[in-house]
Amino acid sequence: MKNYDRVLRVISKAMIPFIMVFALYVQFHGDYGPGGGFQAGVILAAGLIFYSLIYGLEVAKKIAPPRFIELLVATGVLLYVMVGLMGIFLGSDFLDYSVLAQDSVHGQHYGIFLVELGVGITVFSVMLTIFYMFAGRGRNP
Amino acid sequence: MISSQLPALQIIVPLLAAPFCVIIRNSRATWLISVLASWVTFGISILLYLDVQTLGVISYEMGNWAPPWGIEYRIDSINVFVLLIVSSIGALVSLYAYPSISVEVDENKHYLFWTSYLLCLTGLLGVTITGDAFNIFVFLEISSLSTYVLIALGKNRHALYAAFRYLILGTIGATFIVIGIGLLYLLTGTLNLYDLSMRLGDMSLTQPQLAALAFLTVGISLKLALFPLHLWLPNAYAFAPSVATCFLAATATKVAIYLLLRFAYDVFGQSQIFSELPLGEVLLILSIAAMFIASTVAIYQQDIKRMFAYSSVAQIGYITLGASFASHTALTSSIVHLFNHAITKGAIFLLLGLVALRIGQPTLKKMSGLGKSMPWTSAGLVICGLSLIGVPGTAGFISKWYLILAVLERGWWWLAFMILASSLLAVIYVWRVVETMYVSDSDSRGDSHMASTTSPTSMTLVAWLFVTSCIFFGFHTSFSVEGASAAAKVLLEYTK
Repeated sequence: MKNYDRVLRVISKAMIPFIMVFALYVQFHGDYGPGGGFQAGVILAAGLIFYSLIYGLEVAKKIAPPRFIELLVATGVLLYVMVGLMGIFLGSDFLDYSVLAQDSVHGQHYGIFLVELGVGITVFSVMLTIFYMFAGRGRNP
Repeated sequence: MISSQLPALQIIVPLLAAPFCVIIRNSRATWLISVLASWVTFGISILLYLDVQTLGVISYEMGNWAPPWGIEYRIDSINVFVLLIVSSIGALVSLYAYPSISVEVDENKHYLFWTSYLLCLTGLLGVTITGDAFNIFVFLEISSLSTYVLIALGKNRHALYAAFRYLILGTIGATFIVIGIGLLYLLTGTLNLYDLSMRLGDMSLTQPQLAALAFLTVGISLKLALFPLHLWLPNAYAFAPSVATCFLAATATKVAIYLLLRFAYDVFGQSQIFSELPLGEVLLILSIAAMFIASTVAIYQQDIKRMFAYSSVAQIGYITLGASFASHTALTSSIVHLFNHAITKGAIFLLLGLVALRIGQPTLKKMSGLGKSMPWTSAGLVICGLSLIGVPGTAGFISKWYLILAVLERGWWWLAFMILASSLLAVIYVWRVVETMYVSDSDSRGDSHMASTTSPTSMTLVAWLFVTSCIFFGFHTSFSVEGASAAAKVLLEYTK
C-alpha cells in the first residue's frame, strides 16, 4: 500500500484543505449567495470521503469516529429544533427568528444562520454515516 | 402562552425526543423517553381536541409568517379526530412495546427502533395537522422513511426484502404525490390547502388540474393500500417487529385515508369532481374488489400476521367505499370505520405480539391448542375477530351499520348485500383462527424456541385495553360516531 499511489496522495493532501474551506464558505455565505447547509454538508463530507478513499477507511474512522458522527446527526437536528423553540420561549411562534435579536433583521439573520448550521452538521454526518455503512460492509461483521 | 403553541408542540415533542434517543442509546432509557414523549403528544392531542370543540378551527402560523405565504397548521374537526387516533395509539403502543422489542429486535438496535418510531409518529401527526401541501409531502417522507427502517428491523431476513419493496412502492407513491402538488402549485401559485381549494373552485376543470388529481389519487392510494396498489402491505406487516406492525396497521394507512378525504373533499371540493368525474365510481369498484379479493386471499394464508394484513386491505376497502359517495352518512361511516378499524387491528396485532413472545412468528400450525395455553389472549383474538366481522356489540358493527345505512340511503340494495357477503368471508378467516386455537388439539408447539411461559403484565394490560375498547365503542358510540359525524359535516361544507 505504501508508495503505491503517490500522485493521488500528494494531490489529495493538497486539495482536501481547499475542499474543507470551500465547504465552510458555502455554509456561511449561504444567506448572501448560492449555498447553504445542505450543500456545505455534502461538500464537507465529500472531502472526508475523498480522504478515506485514498488513505483507507480505518484512518478516516480514527479522524471521524462513527460514534461521534452519529452524535453529530442528532446534534444538528437538535440545534434546528432548539432555535425553533427559542421563538416560543421568547414569546412568539415556533421558528420565528425575528425575536432572536433586538430587531427583526438581525433576528432573521441569526435564526437562518443557526438553522443552516444545524442542517449542515446533520447532512455532513448523515453522508459520512452512509459512506461508513457501505464501505464497512463485510469487513467487521 | 402555551395553549396557543399546542399545534406546533404536537409535532415538536416527538421530533425533539428522537435525536435524544440517538444520543442516549441505552435501551431502557430510550424506551422511557419514547413513552414520555408519546404520552405528552397524546395529551396535546386531547387539549387540541377540546379546543376544536369550542373554537371550531385552529390556525397556527409557523414562524409567524401569515398564510397563504407561510406554512399554516390548520386544525378542524376532521384532522383533530385523526390526530387523536394516531397519538393515542402511539402512546399505548409505546407503553406496550418494551418486552416485545427486547425479544424481537437486536439489543444494539433498540435506540434506532425508538428513534424511527418517534420520527414516524412525528411524520404521521405532521401530515395530519399541516395545512400546507408541500409540508404534507415532507412529513409523508419523514413517516415513510422511518417506516422502512421500522419494518427492516424485524429479525426475519424477509423483513429487509419487505422493507425494500415498500421503499420502492412508497417512493413511487410519494413521487406521484409531489408531482400532483407541483402541478397544483403551477396552476394556482399557492401551496396552502385552504387557499388552494378557494382558487381551484374558481377555475373550470382543465387538463392539468385533472392530471394533478390523478397523480394525487394514485399516489395517496398507494400509501393507503387501496386494492390493486396494496402489494407492499402484506409482507411489510408480516415481517416487521410486532410493535411496528401494530403501530403501522393502526395509524399509517389511516393517515393516508385522511389525505384522500382531504384532497377529494376539501382541496378539490369545489371542483365538482364527484359529479363530473368518475372518481366515486372508480373508488367504489376498487373498494368492492378489495373487500372480496383481499378477504378471499386472507382465507388461504398460513401466517397469521399476513392473514390479518390482507384483512386490513379488505377493511380499507370498507373505508374507501364510504368515501366514494359524497353523503353525510357515508362519510361518517368511513371515518367511524377508520377509528374502529384502528382499534380492532391494533388490538389484534397487540395480541399477536403476545403470542409471538411464546411461539415466534405466529402461523396457523403453531397456534393450534393456543386456547388452552393462552386462554385470555385467545379469547381476546375471538372478540377482535367478531369486531372485524361486524357482529353487534362490537365496534366493527357500528361502522358496518352506518355503511349499510348510507348504501340504503342511495337505494343500492345490491351493494348492501355485497357488504354482508364480504363480511361472511371475514367469518371464514376468523373462524380458521378460532378453529386452530380451540378445536384442533394437536399440540405441536413443544419445539418452540422462545419458551417464555408468562406474558408481561404491561403488554397484557395494553392489549386488553384495546380489546375492551373494541366492545366499549360498540355500545358507547358518542365519541366515535359524533366525532366522525362532525368531521363528515365539515368535509361536506368544504364541498359546497
